[in-house]
Amino acid sequence: MSALAALIRRDIRIALRVGGGALIGVLFFLTVTVLMPFAVGPDLALLSRLGPAILWLGALLASLLTLDRLFTADHEDGSLDLIVMSRTPLELACAAKALAHWLAAGLPLIIATPILGLLLNLDGTATLAVAATLLAGTPALTFTGMIGAALAVTLHRGGLLLAVLVLPLSIPVLIFGVAASQAAISGPLSFGTPFSILCALSLASLVIGPFAAAASLRHGLD
Amino acid sequence: MKLTETLTDLANPTRFLALTARILPWLAAMTAILLAIGLYQSAMAPDDYQQGATVKIMFIHVPNAWLSMFVWSVMSVAALGTLVWRHPLADVAAKAAAPIGAAFTFLALVTGSLWGRPMWGTYWEWDARLTSVLILFLMYLGLMALWRAVEDPSRAARAAAVLTLVGAINIPIIKFSVDWWNTLHQPASVIRMGGSTLDKAFLWPLLVMAIAFSLLFVTLHLAAMRNEILRRRVRNLQMMQASRVAFTSEAGAGPKEIGAA
Repeated sequence: MSALAALIRRDIRIALRVGGGALIGVLFFLTVTVLMPFAVGPDLALLSRLGPAILWLGALLASLLTLDRLFTADHEDGSLDLIVMSRTPLELACAAKALAHWLAAGLPLIIATPILGLLLNLDGTATLAVAATLLAGTPALTFTGMIGAALAVTLHRGGLLLAVLVLPLSIPVLIFGVAASQAAISGPLSFGTPFSILCALSLASLVIGPFAAAASLRHGLD
Repeated sequence: MKLTETLTDLANPTRFLALTARILPWLAAMTAILLAIGLYQSAMAPDDYQQGATVKIMFIHVPNAWLSMFVWSVMSVAALGTLVWRHPLADVAAKAAAPIGAAFTFLALVTGSLWGRPMWGTYWEWDARLTSVLILFLMYLGLMALWRAVEDPSRAARAAAVLTLVGAINIPIIKFSVDWWNTLHQPASVIRMGGSTLDKAFLWPLLVMAIAFSLLFVTLHLAAMRNEILRRRVRNLQMMQASRVAFTSEAGAGPKEIGAA
């Protein structure tokens, strides 16, 4: 247990220090969100209608961008081999790494959401709804994305291949995340139904992600 | 017991090649005959009272859609074969199936949208089943990209196996999407509790076409597996050749040896 805690603490510390790159994700999130009004025009009514979708897309892309570093840095300096060989089960180690990644790169996105919601003319309820769905949904993005990151590191390929592999898996999360936010803002549906499916997706990926990532690390590294 | 023995026997690629060389012509002939019968029956099937002649798109669309899911299931079993049983032909089977599955999925999408235009008034609708089949198509393409991204086949095989198994979660979602979400696409009507809702005049051609398409898949898959085995042999020979050339040129007798080889 202490080994896992140490792993989480180490990963967060690395992600937050100079060269860590976790906070670049937030900057990217901000930039993508700012780009949207340029693309669709500064119509405030339209922006507030598209707001949840824009924020969700931005968060999805930002978390995808930072996932690339989940295993590659450890692979480059050799610590990934030590983690694979250590006595802690690899599945738990993967889960710990993903948790640390989410704390360092996912949580800041949610904290930034209210400010970005202001830019997109979202009112209090809408911002709260988007932040709540992101809080429930981004763990699913991290834990399914971890599978792609593990595949990419064993293949020595990153970037575009990772995006192609991970994005289809994240579509259900995007659907229910946006659906829940829209339901809270305007929709005829209740907020609870899509939101609980979103939570279910997160919980399922919490189980599947570490196992799949550990399997691909164990079979792929040599 | 018998099955495991047969599977172990087939682990020898040479034996597999010999066996499939004998089976393939028969399979191809049966596929051609069944396809001919199925197409004839579909052409002769009566027009629907509501849909008119466009109902005949169904005879192509439904088998393609079934196979798009079936092929991923075959690949999932092959992925288990790669990761769990380490069967040497499992990754060949998985790799050969991916482009075929992508083709069936693509055809299902195209015929579906051609059918949707006169029936629903639109080529595309963001309906649950259409969307999940589109995701399936994207995953087929991602899988093919993964196979192409890595040179070493066994390394690519294990990575692709993990991705295939993760992607298999999509299959039940596609199957039950029309029951879970009440959408534009009609719910299951052929295989369902309480018998088929399809009329006999449509059911028989559809079943023949489904069997014909399944045989088509088996034929194409076995042929593609043969090609993949041969491709790997060529690759191995080329690598041996390259290392021999490198070795002899180091020893100083390079050009002559290349000429001799």
